[in-house]
Amino acid sequence: MAICGTTLNTISVFRWHWVPIYCRSNISPCQQQRRELRGAQRASKVKAYYGLKSPPYKLDALEPFMSRRTLERHWGDHHHDYVEGLNKQLEKNDILYGYTMNELIKVTYNNGNPLPEFNNAAQVWNHDFFWESMQPGGGKMPMLGLLKQIEKDFGSFTNFREKFTEAALTLFGSGWVWLVLKRNQKQLAVVKTSNAINPLVWDDIPIIGLDMWEHAYYLDYKNDRGEYVNVFMNHLVSWNAAAARMARAQAFVNLGEPKIPVA
Amino acid sequence: MALRTLTRKTLGGVGLGFQQLRGLQTFSLPDLPYDYGALEPAISGEIMQLHHQKHHQTYITNYNKALEQLEDAMNKGDSSTVVKLQSAIKFNGGGHINHSIFWKNLASVHEGGGEPPKGSLGWAVDTNFGSLEALVQKMGAEGAALQGSGWVWLGVDKELKKLVIETTANQDPLVTKGPTLVPLIGIDVWEHAYYLQYKNVRPDYLKNIWKVINWKYASEVYEKECP
Repeated sequence: MAICGTTLNTISVFRWHWVPIYCRSNISPCQQQRRELRGAQRASKVKAYYGLKSPPYKLDALEPFMSRRTLERHWGDHHHDYVEGLNKQLEKNDILYGYTMNELIKVTYNNGNPLPEFNNAAQVWNHDFFWESMQPGGGKMPMLGLLKQIEKDFGSFTNFREKFTEAALTLFGSGWVWLVLKRNQKQLAVVKTSNAINPLVWDDIPIIGLDMWEHAYYLDYKNDRGEYVNVFMNHLVSWNAAAARMARAQAFVNLGEPKIPVA
Repeated sequence: MALRTLTRKTLGGVGLGFQQLRGLQTFSLPDLPYDYGALEPAISGEIMQLHHQKHHQTYITNYNKALEQLEDAMNKGDSSTVVKLQSAIKFNGGGHINHSIFWKNLASVHEGGGEPPKGSLGWAVDTNFGSLEALVQKMGAEGAALQGSGWVWLGVDKELKKLVIETTANQDPLVTKGPTLVPLIGIDVWEHAYYLQYKNVRPDYLKNIWKVINWKYASEVYEKECP
């Protein structure tokens, strides 16, 4: 079924999956649509596209571990170009335009034979996730439940950190390293992916993401990847964000044995 | 087995520094035929130095390591390790092969860098692509469209005697795209090859690098494959 023009007419039927992707504005998509409808009875084509979402901190907030210069380039140019590229592609493709971001990534991944839109879509998502995986004053250790889960699935936090670092340093070419909650195994794991691939394509739930494309660290660390990963772990990674994602993930993945009292 | 060990120890003791102690050929960083700053302003000296001394050297170090581990595994008949090492060998060995070609593909303007090809290769470029400009444009487009890390190549199919433009991912050598393909010119489009100077504007790098491309070397290789 087509979208845009016809969508407006059916919007009152509240079929969520037909709602076009919202601009990153403060009002909900539904509210925006209703305003549009009231304002213009003649149903004009309303198209909303992806916007470049700002990181949850100023561009110099991660100094001296990730320079403002890097953020300006990485977010302002690379991430920006992925968003622009994706929007241009979606302009020409009505069917893909109708998907939510998560669906778009899975569909364009096409089970390992990615469509041209995959790179842009996935990289837009990956970078949003990456900025939110870091914070000023980050690093140190996760707390409480997340720490317990890491210790359960890796043996110790140190072991997790070693595995994460090893994955980052043994990645061939461009890619990402993830701390991910695997749905089927109901366990945390470290996963490395090439180019734009992310754990969403396997239906797993990412908790932390680290960009290992050269553009992410070259200006600050040149070829010293080891230093970059150490700095990320020591000073940048946001365990707060990770904990929030973990809490949300537990709504979808049952991690514990229910404590059934013995009669 | 004991004899081999004895020989290894003896040679090591004498300090001959052989690189073929156990019949295993290891590799070392080739010198650049020019100074690091010789390719300015097309490619900065800072990039050339990092690229050569750090990146290429790392590939060689890891290639040698993987080869030693491979020899070890082969001697023990440890098939699963032999197979497991293949990706490290392809990546690091490929990195060594590709960069060794790359350094020869470049020359300072004084040494003829950027001068268009003459002779049979020049003629072949016109025949296969229409003009040198068309070739440059096509390689630029392919290089810019490459997602992630990789190389863009001008190669010759030694059987069909045709010129081809190909891209390879990561450090895959051109031969992975066809056993009859011989690389003439390879352009590194990994971000480390241009980022410090061109930042994310890869197309500018791909345009400017032609000012220092060494067509003489490419012609030599071409004339050997297509006499």
